[in-house]
Amino acid sequence: MAAQSTPHPEVNYSTRVDEISGRARTLNSVRAVIVILIALIMLIPVAWMTLTAFKSRPDAVAVPPKVLFEPTLEGFLSLLTDRRQLTAEQIAEYSQRTDLNWADQIALSRGQVITGASNYPQRLANSLIIAGISTIFSVALGLLSAYSFSRFNIPGAGDLLFFILSTRMLPPVVVTIPVFLMYRAIGIYDTHLGMIILYTVFNLSFSVWLLKGFLDEIPREYEEAAMVDGYTRLQAFIKIVLPQSLTGIAATTVFCLIFAWNEYAFALMLTADRARTAPPSIPSVLGTGGIEWAAIAAGSLGFLIPVVIVTFALRKYLLRGVTFGAIRQ
Amino acid sequence: MSNVALQNITKHFKQVTALRDVSLTINHGEFFVLLGPTGAGKTTSLRVIAGLEKQDEGSVLFDGQPVDTLMPAERDIAFVFQQYSLYPNMSVYDNLAFPLRSPLRKMAEADIRQRINHAAEILRIGHLLERKTAHLSGGEMQRVSIGRAIVREPRIYLMDEPLSNLDAKLRESLRVELQHIQKIQSSTILFVTHDQIEALTMSDRIGVLREGQIVQVGSSDDIYDRPVDTFVAQIVGTPRINLLPARRENGTLYVTDSTMHVPAPNTLHAAFILGIRPEDVKLSPEGAFAGQVALTEPLGVETIIHIRAGAQTLLSIVPGITDLRIGDEVRFDVARERLHYFDQEGKRIGTT
Repeated sequence: MAAQSTPHPEVNYSTRVDEISGRARTLNSVRAVIVILIALIMLIPVAWMTLTAFKSRPDAVAVPPKVLFEPTLEGFLSLLTDRRQLTAEQIAEYSQRTDLNWADQIALSRGQVITGASNYPQRLANSLIIAGISTIFSVALGLLSAYSFSRFNIPGAGDLLFFILSTRMLPPVVVTIPVFLMYRAIGIYDTHLGMIILYTVFNLSFSVWLLKGFLDEIPREYEEAAMVDGYTRLQAFIKIVLPQSLTGIAATTVFCLIFAWNEYAFALMLTADRARTAPPSIPSVLGTGGIEWAAIAAGSLGFLIPVVIVTFALRKYLLRGVTFGAIRQ
Repeated sequence: MSNVALQNITKHFKQVTALRDVSLTINHGEFFVLLGPTGAGKTTSLRVIAGLEKQDEGSVLFDGQPVDTLMPAERDIAFVFQQYSLYPNMSVYDNLAFPLRSPLRKMAEADIRQRINHAAEILRIGHLLERKTAHLSGGEMQRVSIGRAIVREPRIYLMDEPLSNLDAKLRESLRVELQHIQKIQSSTILFVTHDQIEALTMSDRIGVLREGQIVQVGSSDDIYDRPVDTFVAQIVGTPRINLLPARRENGTLYVTDSTMHVPAPNTLHAAFILGIRPEDVKLSPEGAFAGQVALTEPLGVETIIHIRAGAQTLLSIVPGITDLRIGDEVRFDVARERLHYFDQEGKRIGTT
């Protein structure tokens, strides 16, 4: 037999896997360059915002725009402090004083004196509390209901899922007035609780649908094996399903967080002071005497940082999470 | 270990009836195989016994006690799934330890290690214990999942086509291993398959399922030599049984559209179906019947020969490789004492 006389057919092609062909390497470089270019283009607004945050007032509105300028903390100062305009005599008097720190000097150079801290840090804290807690609730509740929809025979599951989705169908602006009236009636207008409930409910539809997509992909056999192996459904869920769905949970967390963090319309209408979040307060820096571009840029920069940190922390789950989760449904 | 019984189990999925009044007893220490085509309700039977699916009617008994209200965990059974059964992101060792670490058992880690080492030795997976399950081959995965079942001593092992995703060689060797393990541990196994070879080779008894109903229960011999109907006759044996329309006239059996005729038993109807196993169609120069070779399928050990006799085609098996060519004239005989008779509906007709 022919097959027996040559048990090992000749290998006339490369079986080495450590060698990448020149063409593939060039192609990879081209891809890398394109990706970097796109990333740079996407980053231009962020970079411009960062530059603006460190510009003085005239530099910020200069035409043509200045790329090179003398950096100043004026923007941050106007964001973080409340100031009072001084008269010419007062300026002269203050200039004599020697106990002024750097912040006072910057204020003085603009003819102002610092009267106290602004409420921006408080509003950023409100944003953190409201967005953080509502995200935890919407992901946790969403995970439980998504699991139920995914695994159990729920009568009218399709209708229920559609109902959950339908809460998302009206634009926020349309429902703010009724929500405002209800909140005022039951006394949770301008409270953290009110905003947390609102964002949780609003994000739930999204998290249920997204997480259901992820959970559907996890074969039931895993839990069934665990249940046969001597675990309850809850234990099987915690030990087997949860570790498997980390990707989906991470992706959902980021999406919910970004929504709650960025939300503007509800926050503007439903909060005044105590529970006011950062988004509606940044434009309020507009204040007197023209638009404080540097202060707005500084505020946006501070506003950006928490989301960047969370996204960065969860990045390894996101790549798969975003692509796989989004394609389904 | 104990005996497990299904009593008049019926299960519907929406409009479909998956199991219809199924009653079955699996004895202690028995290797019981449920055989049936896809969709016959084999897996559903397993899931009902495991408690993963709730039956609509009937009862599952362990040692005569109904367990219908028990959770899967409380039933103390082991389930080997067709696939996906290993916990991902856990090492092989942790997979094997998982059932022993269950809150129901709370076994000491030292005992767990001992049990796992023992199971690993039997299944020859000792070298894999520290690996992640994602890095295993199909055969290794299925070994580990059988290992996860044998580390504890469940009342019954439920195996849902555990070998069907493996290649032929591996299937053969695992088949032997599984039988060996069952014999040395005298475990009770309910094994589900659509592969008649697995059923015939491994089982103490076989239950044949068709469209949610038990058609026949019996030993390999019973099923192969005394099939209750043409369905069972066809589901076991490769190549499959020859079924030929036939009639009885004046004490002689005539195969329709063929020259074949043999003396007929008196119990036969005027028209019926004749079943002849391929190994009972014997080629010989002095054979009573003539035919023509229509096709040969050499398998090495034996060769399947398709013989054209009149308008009928019969399959026959001859040992080794044959030098017969398509179109050759042959003579053949049938083993008259081993013929099967079925009525027009396919039910077996007794001839004794």
